[in-house]
Parts: sequence; C-alpha cells; structure tokens
Amino acid sequence: MMNKDNSIKFLQGNEACALGGITAGARFFAGYPISPASEIAELSSLLLPQRGGIYLQMEDEIASIAAVIGASLGGMKAFTATSGPGLSLMQENIGFAVMAEAPCVIINVQRFGPSTGVATRPGQADVMTTRWGTHGDHGIIVLAPTSVQECYDLTIEAFNLAESLRTPVILLTDATLAHLREKIVTRTDKELSIISRQKPDQVTEDYQPYRPGPDGVPVLPDFGDQNILRVTGLIHDHDGYSTPKPQTAGDLVHRLQQKIEGATSLMPAPRYFGSNDPEILIISFGISARSAREAVNRANDQGIKARLMQLPTIWPFPEEAVRYACYGASAVLVAEMNSGQICREVRACGIQREKVVGVNRADTAVITPGEILKAIKKTWFRWGFHPI
Amino acid sequence: MSIDYSVYLAKERLPHLWCPGCGHGIILKNMLISMAEMEIPREKALLACGIGCSGRAGDYVNIHRFQGTHGRTLAYVTGIKMAHPELKIFCFMGDGDCSAIGIGHLIHAARRNVDVTAIVPNNLNYGMTGGQFSPLTPGESLTSTSRSGKAEPDMDLCRLAAEAGANYVARTTIYHVVEMKKRFIEATNNKGFSLVEVITPCPTYYGRYNQLGNAHKMIEWIKDKTVPLHKYEEMSVKNQEQHFWRGKLVEKHKPDLYTRYWQHERGMDHRA
Ligand SMILES: Cc1ncc(C[n+]2csc(CCOP(=O)(O)OP(=O)(O)O)c2C)c(N)n1
Ligand code: SF4
Repeated sequence: MMNKDNSIKFLQGNEACALGGITAGARFFAGYPISPASEIAELSSLLLPQRGGIYLQMEDEIASIAAVIGASLGGMKAFTATSGPGLSLMQENIGFAVMAEAPCVIINVQRFGPSTGVATRPGQADVMTTRWGTHGDHGIIVLAPTSVQECYDLTIEAFNLAESLRTPVILLTDATLAHLREKIVTRTDKELSIISRQKPDQVTEDYQPYRPGPDGVPVLPDFGDQNILRVTGLIHDHDGYSTPKPQTAGDLVHRLQQKIEGATSLMPAPRYFGSNDPEILIISFGISARSAREAVNRANDQGIKARLMQLPTIWPFPEEAVRYACYGASAVLVAEMNSGQICREVRACGIQREKVVGVNRADTAVITPGEILKAIKKTWFRWGFHPI
Repeated sequence: MSIDYSVYLAKERLPHLWCPGCGHGIILKNMLISMAEMEIPREKALLACGIGCSGRAGDYVNIHRFQGTHGRTLAYVTGIKMAHPELKIFCFMGDGDCSAIGIGHLIHAARRNVDVTAIVPNNLNYGMTGGQFSPLTPGESLTSTSRSGKAEPDMDLCRLAAEAGANYVARTTIYHVVEMKKRFIEATNNKGFSLVEVITPCPTYYGRYNQLGNAHKMIEWIKDKTVPLHKYEEMSVKNQEQHFWRGKLVEKHKPDLYTRYWQHERGMDHRA
C-alpha cells in the first residue's frame, strides 16, 4: 500500500527552513536573492500568500531585515534568509532588533567567504559574525542544525525563542545542508507547542511598552493597538522615550544581555553520541557534526573511547555543559569548517589549552568522517592509549 | 470640528532639544495639526523618524512612534504597512537621512507606492552631526566639510521621487505654513506613496556658515529664494540654480502596494 501519511516529506534543507517558519506561524518574509539561500525565499513567495501572508522582495538585505522588523512590530511573525554578504549588510539592523526587542528569525545559509568567496560552496566561518557582528554589548541566540529534519525543527525552535524572549534569533545552516535532500517528518502547528509573544492584557492611557516582566522581557503592544508603542534604537526608558541617563543605559543593556543569558534552559541542549566515558571528546556543530558522528561511530567500532558533543545552540555558548563534558576526557577535538572559531570558545571556557585540538577544514569542501577519524586516532596514539 | 492637535503631543517631554530658530518643531506642529484636521485617532497614527535632529520629533508625540536606523525608515515602514494597512504612517526624515544613506529606499518605496506620507524637512545640511553638506545642499554652499564651497552639484529629491513612481509629490517651505498644512493633508489623503519636502532653516550650522543671519533672516532668505513651480520652469538654467521651486509636482491615483499585492495574489484580501 502507498504511504498516505503526508507528514512525511522528502525535502531540501532550505525548503525545510521555509516550511518550519510557516508552521511556526511566520506570515511575513522579506529577502533579497542570494546563493545558497534563495530557495527559502522562493518557497515562501509561493506559500505565504496562500496563508494570508506577505512575501516582499526588497532592494537589498538592509531593507529586508528592516521590513521584517517593521512587520514584527506590526504584530506578524517574520523572517528573512541570506548568506554571508547579506548577513554583513544586516548587522546594523540586527542590533536594532535587539534594542527594539523585535522578535524575528534570520536564516543564514553559510557559504565560503570572506567576501563573495565561493557562492555555492559551504563554510562555517560565520560563527563569530553572528555573535559579534553588530556593534555594542548584546545577547544573541544562534541555533545550528545538522540535518534537514533539524532545519525544520530548529527553525520552529528559533521562532519560539524569538517570540518568548522578544529578540532576533539566527539559524546557522550552510550550503550543503541547504541543498541536501532527506526524508523528514513534519508536524502541524496543533501537534507542536508553538509560542507567540505575550500581548498586554489591558488598555491604559500610560501603558509602558518597555517595562520588563519578571523574566526581563517586556510586553509590547503592536503598532496600531489601543496601547501606544514607542520604539527607538536610542537608549530608552520604560515608556519608550529616549534618554541618555547612565542608570537607564546601564540597566537596559544589562537586561538585554541577561534576558538571553538567563534563559539558556529554554534553548536546545547539546546532544551526545558514542562512548559514555570517553577519553576523547569531539565537539562539533552543523554539517561538521554529521561527519563527526560517523567518525565517532567508526572510532567506537575500533575500540577507541570517543564521544561526540553536538551543539544545536552555539550562542549563548553552552559553557557549563562544555566544561562538564570536557572534564573527564583526556583530549578534546573541535571539528569545524573554519579556522577555529568554536575551538577558541571551548578554550575560553577554561579548558586546558593543550588538551583542546582543532580539526579544521576551510577550503570549500565538507569535512569528512575520515579526516576526523584520522585526527581521533592521532590523538589516541599521542596520548599513549592502546593501539588497536 | 477637528480634534485639538495637542492630544498627539507628549507635553511632559517638552522643552524639545532643537536650537532656537530651528524649523523642525514648526513642521512637526503642522503635521500634528493636519492629523487633527483629518481626525486621525491617536492609536491609528504612527510617526516613523530617521536619525538626525529631525529624527528626535518622535520624542515629543504620544501617538505610535518608531525610530529605526539612519536612512532606513522607508524600508521599515514598508513592513509595518503590509502588516497593518489601516495605520496612517507619517515619516519624518532629514535631507541627509533621506537623500544620502536612504536614497535607495526612497526610490523603491516610491516605486512600490507604499501608502505612507513621507515628510522631508530639508535644512540643507546634516544638522545633528555638525553641519556637513548633504546631497541636497546647494552647490557652492559653505558647510563644515566644504569650507571653500560645495564642489558637488545638488539634486532634486522631488523629481526623483516622482520619476520613481510616487503618487503625490510636493515641495513647500517653512515660510508657507498654511500651504504646508494643506500639502500634508493632500498627501495623506492620497493613498499611495506621498512625499512633501519642506525647505527649513538650520541657523546653527547652514545659516551660520553661509552668513544668512538669525532664524528670522533665514526664513526671509528661504522665502526670497523660492518661486512657484510654473515660474521656475520658465527660468534659465543658471537662474534655476539660484532658486527653489515650490508647488505640487505630481498627483496621481495608482493603486498602492498593499492593494496591488492582494489583487494580484488572490483577487481579494483574505485577511479582511
Ligand atoms: C549608519 C550611520 N551613519 C552615520 C550616522 C551619524 N548621523 C547621525 S544623524 C546624521 C545626519 C543627520 O542629518 P539629516 O538627516 O539631514 O537630519 P538633521 O539632523 O539635519 O535634521 C548622521 C550622518 C548614523 N547615526 N548612522
Ligand atoms: S543643529 Fe540645525 S537642525 Fe539641528 S536642532 Fe539645531 S538648528 Fe535644528
């Protein structure tokens, strides 16, 4: 008999992102064409109008993220998708979204950079750009899927986090995942727990849009509501009026960081594969983590006690979990397709420098299980474990 | 009878930060008066400002207020308007904000015919950052970055907006306050993209550098420099360079972006 279950689909990573966003309730997409992200815009342009939603193709990425922020403040769940060059252009307005507390999702399909680089080939070198690309102290959430299923699941998760914490969330995929086709299981919004931002429950003449709730997140009205909304990128008080007062500035910037750093329990936790009492821990994310998983399987088969720690949340960096996971291991390998951006962060957790080894590939190719296995074995022998 | 304009004003936020003689307050007041005459409910009005002295206008109103990043106002409001077509959106953008860093968004907002009223207080320079020349600063003007006169030519923002597809374009000056209000009302009532440029004094920088005297004298200077559009068109090019035109450049009624989008996608608005 034929399978009539239409929750099972065969999709590209990019398609899964678009579908995930729409399932999460997104009804607004604004973007600018760029490889390898364009399919997200294409599918959104097809599906959104059928659901009463809006697809806008803007004049550039600065306008795209601006329109997304505008629609979000107008009450819609909104997203955009881009790649390195576009992400660079969006940075000023991402900082504005942080400051304005405008929930939105930015899908960054990483390609090989810097600059135009190789437009159709993958890389993972936007880790720091997503964290520190916009100016000023701020908190940011960045999620990284490793499969087409996770492209779908984590896009939904990204919207849930954006809505509950009123902040931009970046989904970090790459050119390989974007065009990879896999079987995935989709869900309806009824089957999932979909979170939408809180709305004021009463109308008052002097409603304070930026008065933080107990979780540090304010309850903003939408533009057009009876309660008046005042938004500015300037330091502002609870009324939303600008002020240069040092106390207000300090409190606001502290809160914007704290509401993210204090909510890590809401974010997808690291996933572990392989040996339970590892001598060698491999830390990886995104497409690299897939190769790492296979490498760990092979290493385990050969009697090497290796374990993979896959990071679905890379910012805020899961410091405590990393420290804990590294604790028992003799060596830590960090597998990534860049020159060591996550590796640097692992070291910053206070892990002994010589214990942490980078396994890097930064030449437009996907890092292979073989390469990671080779690094595992090299470490295994160097540390004097029994040769197989 | 229309509403009292002061219902839109955040009186507790006054006094404002603008210099004595600055035109921004006069333009803001005229905008609020025209809103009152159109009886726009407070919660259905949004003031979206750029960054600059003019951008601070949002701090003195208690209607919905938005201020994004420098030059991007029209891109943000494109999103806001599509999410909220019933909002009356007024944009307040300085000449630098709108004609330099934001010029791309102006062209495309006009082309898309986004239903907003864009007001450009053109004080002929960058006020907030200390009086540097903007694309709209007349050639040969003295500014903090053109001490021997501005070498570059200026441009006509209104003609650009008209060419790009705006439904309504007009220019007036701070001297012509009654006309200003009339233009704001016409612009707002015309669905689609409307632009009203208002020539206004910055006595602190443009006036001082060019020795135009105090605010009062600057307003006189603006008045003397400005001629009705039809007269301007009869002038020689050389003479035109010495003058501003004022008047209505375009008044059309093409469907706005939201209407076109839904006509096209569905033949009807499914959100209604
Ligand atoms: C991206 C960016 N570049 C530069 C600035 C600095 N800046 C602030 S206001 C301004 C220009 C203001 O001039 P104008 O738009 O003419 O407004 P006015 O102050 O004259 O009212 C500039 C360049 C900025 N805020 N953001
Ligand atoms: S510097 Fe110029 S534009 Fe700014 S407030 Fe003073 S007079 Fe107005």
